[in-house]
Amino acid sequence: MSTGHDRDELLDRLLLTQELTDVLYDEAELLDEGRWEAWLDLLADDLSYVMPLRLNVAVGQHHAREQTRGGEEVCWFDEGKHTLTQRVGQLRTGVHWAEEPLSRVSHLVTNVRLRRVELPEVELSCRFVVHRNRVADETDFFVGRRHDTWRRTGADGDSAGGWKLCRRELLLDQNVLLAKNLTLLF
Amino acid sequence: MDLTDLLDTANGVISREIFVSEAVYQAELDNLFTRAWLLVGHESQIPEPGDFFSSRMGTESVLLTRDSEGAIHVLLNSCRHRGMKVCRYDEGNTLNFMCPYHGWTYSTDGKLVAVAGELLGVPHFRAGYGSRLDRSAWGLVPTPKVCNYHGLIFASWDPDAPPFEEYLGDFHWWLDNLCSSASGDIGQVRVVRGVQKWRIRANWKFVSENFLGDNYHGPPSHESVDAVGIGPGGTSAATRHGAAPGKPRSVASTSFTRLGHGATGSARYFLGYPAFEEPELTAYFERAEAARATRFEAEGRPIGAMGPATLFPSMSFHAGPFPRALMVAHPVSPWETEVWRWYLVDADAPPEVADWLRRYYLRYSGPGGLVEQDDMENWDYATEASRGPIARRYPYNYQLGIGMTQPSALRGAVESDYFMTEENARNFYARWGQFVQGDSWAQMMDGV
Ligand code: FES
Ligand SMILES: [Fe+2]
Repeated sequence: MSTGHDRDELLDRLLLTQELTDVLYDEAELLDEGRWEAWLDLLADDLSYVMPLRLNVAVGQHHAREQTRGGEEVCWFDEGKHTLTQRVGQLRTGVHWAEEPLSRVSHLVTNVRLRRVELPEVELSCRFVVHRNRVADETDFFVGRRHDTWRRTGADGDSAGGWKLCRRELLLDQNVLLAKNLTLLF
Repeated sequence: MDLTDLLDTANGVISREIFVSEAVYQAELDNLFTRAWLLVGHESQIPEPGDFFSSRMGTESVLLTRDSEGAIHVLLNSCRHRGMKVCRYDEGNTLNFMCPYHGWTYSTDGKLVAVAGELLGVPHFRAGYGSRLDRSAWGLVPTPKVCNYHGLIFASWDPDAPPFEEYLGDFHWWLDNLCSSASGDIGQVRVVRGVQKWRIRANWKFVSENFLGDNYHGPPSHESVDAVGIGPGGTSAATRHGAAPGKPRSVASTSFTRLGHGATGSARYFLGYPAFEEPELTAYFERAEAARATRFEAEGRPIGAMGPATLFPSMSFHAGPFPRALMVAHPVSPWETEVWRWYLVDADAPPEVADWLRRYYLRYSGPGGLVEQDDMENWDYATEASRGPIARRYPYNYQLGIGMTQPSALRGAVESDYFMTEENARNFYARWGQFVQGDSWAQMMDGV
């Protein structure tokens, strides 16, 4: 049985975990309902959004070489809020044929764990399963790990209680991408 | 294979069968991908002795290796004993490839073997084979032809293939630009680490056809990108797919009528480098453009030849720098293709320039690219909707721009009068037909 002090700390952590888990669930809902502009509002202006390539390398080289490096090497994505805003703009044109008609997308988020708490920033990790069904029988699964940094901005009243995403690294468990494109927002 | 009923390139009528038929696909594998020169990689991917990069030629896995003496080889990645893929890493450094199945070991170490890829170690060589196995006869199979073209490594499986330079012809001006820095220094580019690889449910030829000069698809396919703007020089610049507003192209398309290569633009036309929001980028490219102009004049190089372009059969590229990238369409089945994309920057680009370009490339090209996403949607559903027995009865139309060409100053080439044309595609498929029906090199290279 933990002491009162430990118990308070544990409760704080649980509450923070739950608060951020709710943010992640809300975010998934925005994406899956196509409310992308509201999703953009969750992104900090200095957001770094990276999805590295995953390489097959020999044991012992994983740390150094298994993922390509954002900021330096070829990735699936390595961008910020500006490009993500353009993606949303493109989705809204009605002539972005890769998403016209729109795909059906579900983001499942799980295994949420706080990695570093240094308020106002919190680093967390989670797993994602993103399912896309397109036109008639086109189906893609995107599964992987995600490392996020969220920042509490103190702006009350917005949908995420003031949390803004300032860093997201997406480790997709694929070497050859088995989907024809990455028109989705992760 | 007899293609008479399927290909009428003179009249611009081509059967859908060549995009969906398994028999045609098999003939492509047998007669085209076993003979044509194919891109394997770039030497900057394997700078040190022992470095290797796992690549692909058609449907086959190959290893691009640098041996202990620094020489480059291309080896079939399949054990000579039972065929196991001896290396399943994407890249690495080793001089010895040990097969995980029964342990045969192959070497590229010149101190241990006479020929790179030779069989070095065989478990139980003495007790099991009585020392009689001829190790020199059972090495990893090398491509008989390899060419290092200013850093780009090409190979062919056909010992009778003509030298790469002859296969390339005057189309070399486009490839030279791909291999040149922004200031025109040939060979001074490097691959940014990481090759994007992805699967599309389209016939591989859609990829080639798109890049060899299909300007026709630009406006409808890429309208959504033009609306948001991702170009260099700010958010409103047009993409490279169409002419920038108010800036007409002089001559919009070049086709090598016999060799099959094709490109948007001509060797005589250069769009110029854009201005950027970032002053250091503008300064870099202003300097580069001035140096390029001086160098090209001194060397007698034509100012244009930027592409997008396709080297027959399956390597497509933008000669750069906006973007400077190449892709190879590897066949998987008649209806599936694995696309590989390499991105190149100036070897001596300062970090901020290399980083700006890399980010631009990634938002432009590949599966995440705002431009390329829409291409793949079209290729995939075009392939799918062409598979049915009824659909197959109705050929594709390639009549755009028939008879609307003028001779080019380049050997074996024509330029189209209007920037939207299917002249390049017609000539590409004529060349494709020669390969697939099994014409000899003598026939194919005569008078090109
Ligand atoms: S398959 Fe390679 S050693 Fe047997
Ligand atoms: Fe395109």
